[in-house]
Amino acid sequence: MFRANFLAFRPLLALLAACSAILLPACGQQQATDDEPLVIYSSRNEQLIKPLLDQYSRDTGQAIELITGKEGPMLQRLRAEGAQSPADMLITVDAGNLWKAADDDLLRPLDDAELLGNIPAHLRDPQGRWFGLSVRARTIAYSTERVQPNDLSTYAALGEQQWKDRVCLRTSKKVYNQSLVAMMIAAEGKDAAQATVEAWVANLATDPFANDTAVLEAIAAGQCDVGIVNTYYFGRLQKQDPDFPVALFWPNQDSALGDNRGVHVNVSGAGITQAADQADAALALLRWLAGAQAQGRFAGDNLEFPANPAVEPVPQVQAWGSFAPSLINVSTAGRLQADAVKLMERAGYR
Amino acid sequence: MGMALVSVLLGWLNLDTESARYVWGTALPRVLPTTVVLAIAVPALAGVLGVATAWLVAVHDFPGRRMLEVLLVVPLAIPAYLLATVYIGWLDYAGPVQTALRGWFGAGAALPPIRSTGGAAITLALALYPYVYLLARGAFASQGQRALEVGQSLGMNRWQGFWRIGLPLARPWIAGGLLLVLMETLADFGAVATFNVDTLTVSIYQAWFALFSLPTALSLASVLVLVAGLVALAERRTRQQRGYAATGHQARRLPLRGAAAWATTFSLGLLVLIAALGPIAQLLVWAVQHVGDFDQRYWRFAANSLSLSAMAAGALLAGALALAGLQSRAGRGGRMLAQLAQSGYAVPGAVLAVALFTPLAWLSNALNGATPNTWAPILLHTSLATVLLAYFARFMAVASQPIEAGQLRITPALRDAARSLGLQGFQLWRSVHLPLLRPALLAAAMLVFIDVMKELPMTLMTRPYGWDTLAIRVFEMTAEGEWERAAVPGIGIVLLGLLPVAWLMRVSNMRGAKHAA
Repeated sequence: MFRANFLAFRPLLALLAACSAILLPACGQQQATDDEPLVIYSSRNEQLIKPLLDQYSRDTGQAIELITGKEGPMLQRLRAEGAQSPADMLITVDAGNLWKAADDDLLRPLDDAELLGNIPAHLRDPQGRWFGLSVRARTIAYSTERVQPNDLSTYAALGEQQWKDRVCLRTSKKVYNQSLVAMMIAAEGKDAAQATVEAWVANLATDPFANDTAVLEAIAAGQCDVGIVNTYYFGRLQKQDPDFPVALFWPNQDSALGDNRGVHVNVSGAGITQAADQADAALALLRWLAGAQAQGRFAGDNLEFPANPAVEPVPQVQAWGSFAPSLINVSTAGRLQADAVKLMERAGYR
Repeated sequence: MGMALVSVLLGWLNLDTESARYVWGTALPRVLPTTVVLAIAVPALAGVLGVATAWLVAVHDFPGRRMLEVLLVVPLAIPAYLLATVYIGWLDYAGPVQTALRGWFGAGAALPPIRSTGGAAITLALALYPYVYLLARGAFASQGQRALEVGQSLGMNRWQGFWRIGLPLARPWIAGGLLLVLMETLADFGAVATFNVDTLTVSIYQAWFALFSLPTALSLASVLVLVAGLVALAERRTRQQRGYAATGHQARRLPLRGAAAWATTFSLGLLVLIAALGPIAQLLVWAVQHVGDFDQRYWRFAANSLSLSAMAAGALLAGALALAGLQSRAGRGGRMLAQLAQSGYAVPGAVLAVALFTPLAWLSNALNGATPNTWAPILLHTSLATVLLAYFARFMAVASQPIEAGQLRITPALRDAARSLGLQGFQLWRSVHLPLLRPALLAAAMLVFIDVMKELPMTLMTRPYGWDTLAIRVFEMTAEGEWERAAVPGIGIVLLGLLPVAWLMRVSNMRGAKHAA
C-alpha cells in the first residue's frame, strides 16, 4: 500500500522538481547585459504593438522588453515601484489613464519640437508628458436596412422620440463611454450632458452590452437600429463580411455647434516615465512611433486613424469618409472622467 | 496574505472622501441586492448540482458511469468568462437560437434575456458546481458502507439513506465546496462583466479604474473578506462537536436498473453537454476560424502556464498541510490565522495583486536604498517569487478546504493506536496521516492547478518578463473585444486543465479497483 502511494505521488514530485529547476535560473536572468533593453509597460495589446516594436529593434538594434497589462494595475505598479521602476515608457489605449499617470507625476514633460510638430495639440498633454499616437473615433452606427442617415445628426439627438426603443449602447463601465460623456460635460455642461444620457437610456432597446461588437451585431440582427461604437470594431466586422448591414455616421458636424462640434475622439498614446533610466532611447522610439514611417502601421493594424495628420489612414478606414473631430483636448476625458461616471450612474445608464 | 490584508485595511486610512461617499452611498446600494442574489443563488444551484451528481456516481452504478464520473469535472477547466461568452453567443437576441425561434414563430418569439442576473447565476453555477461535486464525491465514496447498511437494517429506503445518512456524513466536504463556490462568486469579475451584471466586485473595479480611487476599492474589498470570513467561521462552529470518521470499507455500488438507470445517464449526460462539451465544441469552432493566430510562441505560453500551475500546486499543497498542522495544534489563534490565510479567495484577483505588490515594491525600494544593486529588485522584477506569492495569497482556500475536510476522516482512535505502536511526530504523520489524506491532497492539487491555469489578473500584474501564459493571451485578445479569437489560447487552457483531471481520475479508479479486490 505504501508503495502504491509513492507511485501515485511520483509524477507530482517529478513535476515539482522540474519546475523548481525552472524557477532558479529565472532568478538570475537578465543580469549584467551591456545592452540594456528599453522597458515598456503597455496596455495596448501585444499583437497591436509588438510587430512594430520588433521592426524598430531590427532597424536600430535597440533591444526592447514589452510588458503588457491592464491600465489600473499597471499604473499602480509604476507608482509602487517609484524611482526604481524598470519602465522607461508607458503606452495606454485611452487618454484618461495617461492623464492619471501624468497627474500622479509618473511621466516626464518633453519639449521636443519633432513630437510637437507631428502630433496635433488636442491629441497630446498640454505639458508634453504624453502624446496621442492613434485616434480612436467613437461614432454612431446605424442599420442600413431600417435607418435613413438623414434622420441622424448629433449624439444628443439619439435621445429624441423617434429613436424610442431603437438604441443600443455598450456598458457605461467602459472607459470609451466615460470619455465620451466627459467630453459632453466639457462641451455643454453637466446638466445638458445628464439630460442627454437620460434620454439615451429612455430610448434603449435592451440592456447595455458588454462590448461594441455585440452592439453592432444587435443592430445587424434587428434588436435595435442605432448605437454608439468605436469605428475599428465596425471595421473588423466589415472585413469579415463586406455586406454587413450596418454603416457609420459622423455626428456633430455642423459648424454652428461651437465647442460641441466634432466626432468624439480618444487616443492610444505614450509617455516617458519619470523613472526612465534610458530617457534618450525612449524619446528616440517615441519620435519614431509618431513619425511618418510608423504611424500608418500603428493605427492601421487596428483600423484606427493616425494621430499624425501627415499620414493617411489605411484604405478601408479612408472609405468611411472624413470628419471633423472634436478639438477639445483629450486630457479633458481624464480630468472629467469621475464626474462622467457619477453622472451616468445618476442617469441610470448601467 | 497578512501583508495583503494590511494593505487592504490601509485603504481605509487613505480614503478620499468624495469618491468613497459616492461609492458607498450611491453605487453600493444598487449593486448590493444583485450581489446577495448571486451569493445565495450560485452556491444553492451549484450545491444541488454538485451533491446530486456526486451521490449518483459515488454510490450507484448505471450505463456510462465511469466516463460521466470524469466528464462531470470538466467544466472546472473552462474559465467562467469563456462559458459566459459562449452562452451569450448562443442565446442572446443576435445568436443562432433566438434567430431560429424568430424564423419559426415570428418576430415576437424570444427567450428570457441571458444577459441578466439569472443568466449570470446559472452560468456561474454550471462553471463552479465541480468544486462541490469533487469534494462530495470523495466524501460519499469514503464514508463507508457500514453506516448505510445500518440505515437499511433500520428500514430506510435509498432516498432516506441519502437524506439521513449520506448527506449529514458528507457535510464538511459539501460545506467546503460551497464555501469555495461562494468565495469564487464574490470575487468573480470576468463572468459578471460579460453579462454586464453589476456586483460588488464591479463596483470595486469601477472605484479603482474609473474614479481612480484605489483606497475606495480596497475599502470595498475588505467587505468581501469580512463576509467570506464570517460564513466560514459560522460553518466551522456548527460542525465542531461532531465526528466524521469513516466506518467500514467503501460501499458496494447500488446498481440502477431500467428506466431509472437510463434517466440518470441521460440527465448527467445532458448536464455535461451543456456545461462542458458544448462550450468546448464552440471554442474549438472559434479556434479553428482563427487558427492563423497559432504560432511557435504558443508552446512557450503553454509551458509557462503548465509550470506556473504545477509550481503553485506544489507550494500551496505544502502550505495547506502546514496550515492544517497549525490548526490542529495552535488552538483558537491558529484557527483564526488559518481562516485569515484563506480569505484571499474572496478578493478579486487584481485587488489582491496590488495589495500584495505595493508593500513588496516598497520593501524592495527600501532594501535597495539601504544597499543598492542587491537582489531585492531582481526578486521583484525577474523572478517568479512575486507571482507565486500572489497565488499563495489567493488560492490557499482551494488547497485547504479539501485537506481540512480530509483530516476529519482520521479518528482519534487511529491516532492513539499509532502512538501506542511508538509512532511519533513526523513519522506518525508520514505513515498514518499522509496515506489517509492522499485523496484529499490529490483533489487539492488538482483544484489549485486548474485555478492557476485559469487565473489572469494576478499573473498579469506580477509576472516577470517572458512569462506570458495562455491566460495572458486570452487577455490580449479580449481586451480589444476579440472574444472569438481568444478561443485559441482558451482551448489551450481547457486542455491543459484537463490533464490533472484525467490523471486524478485514473489514480482514484486504480485505488477503487484495489479496494474492491
